[in-house]
Amino acid sequence: MAKTSKGTLYRGQAHGQWSWVAHRITGVAIFFFLLVHVLDTALVRVSPEAYNAVMATYKNPVMGLGEAGLVAAIVYHAFNGLRIIMVDFWSSGTKYQKQMLWGVLILWVVVMVPFLIRHLSNIFGG
Amino acid sequence: MSTPLKASISVPRSKDLEVNGVKYNRSSSRRNNFEMYAWLFMRLSGVVLLVLVFVHLWVNLVSPEGGVEAVDFAFVAGKWASPFWQVFDMLLLWLAMLHGTNGLRVIIDDYAERDRTRFWLKVFLFTTSAFVILLGTLVIFTFEPCPAGADPALLASFCAAG
Ligand code: HEM
Repeated sequence: MAKTSKGTLYRGQAHGQWSWVAHRITGVAIFFFLLVHVLDTALVRVSPEAYNAVMATYKNPVMGLGEAGLVAAIVYHAFNGLRIIMVDFWSSGTKYQKQMLWGVLILWVVVMVPFLIRHLSNIFGG
Repeated sequence: MSTPLKASISVPRSKDLEVNGVKYNRSSSRRNNFEMYAWLFMRLSGVVLLVLVFVHLWVNLVSPEGGVEAVDFAFVAGKWASPFWQVFDMLLLWLAMLHGTNGLRVIIDDYAERDRTRFWLKVFLFTTSAFVILLGTLVIFTFEPCPAGADPALLASFCAAG
């Protein structure tokens, strides 16, 4: 695709294509989590026992890894979302969109590494 | 979706609106600015969500001692005793739900090709979203931090004082 068509700004060029796919997938994943998250929080209106019981399931390591994946998705979506906004509104945005994608990935690592150290030691550190 | 430029979609649709040989499929019969406002809303809400979401994760997942293990009924009571966190969480709920719902609306338009399929998927999406926004808002504002008759060991310390 990258070789045969110029495409639009977001689709057609290889990195634009996959950063867009990743933005879409992370957006949908976060949305479905949010639906579940509002429902589990609603249990505070049922009883303290009901809420604490569902929160206890979040404390098991499998859920802990799921949370790590969710945070990874949110952090990517958030920074890449800013990149999309800058491409659209900043006059040199289109020129630097590829460099900004590197910026997104670097910021993602910078946020995720300390987060994972903290989160994984909370889950597995007992 | 990411661009307000026209997408050229080759599949013919029953309600194609054709202007000077160009097919506008996005808002089939109405000619208004809805899509432009939706596009703008995704960007404005995105910027605000960036702040709200990061604060939310910091306060509930990262900064408490032991992380999410610290979150229980008493923790929630401690937060929602303050109008600040009530309003904060309401804003987060509404903006994230509207942003996510509009995102999914566009995705349905992108992939579901039959008009009937799109219609019913959107009915389902909007019903679900309205229910979740309503439920979440009610939960925040009808929350009872010290429910009568509950085991005091599960409640926030300030419940005992009264
Ligand atoms: C954290 C801050 C966030 C930022 C900066 C952000 C930014 C953006 C931007 C700029 C778009 C593209 C809109 C367009 O192309 O017209 C987008 C799409 C989307 N966002 Fe977000 N967003 C954020 C959080 C969220 C959250 C919390 C959810 C879930 C509830 C979400 C779900 C989606 C979905 C489903 C899409 C559509 C993806 C697509 O059509 O390809 N986003 N976001």
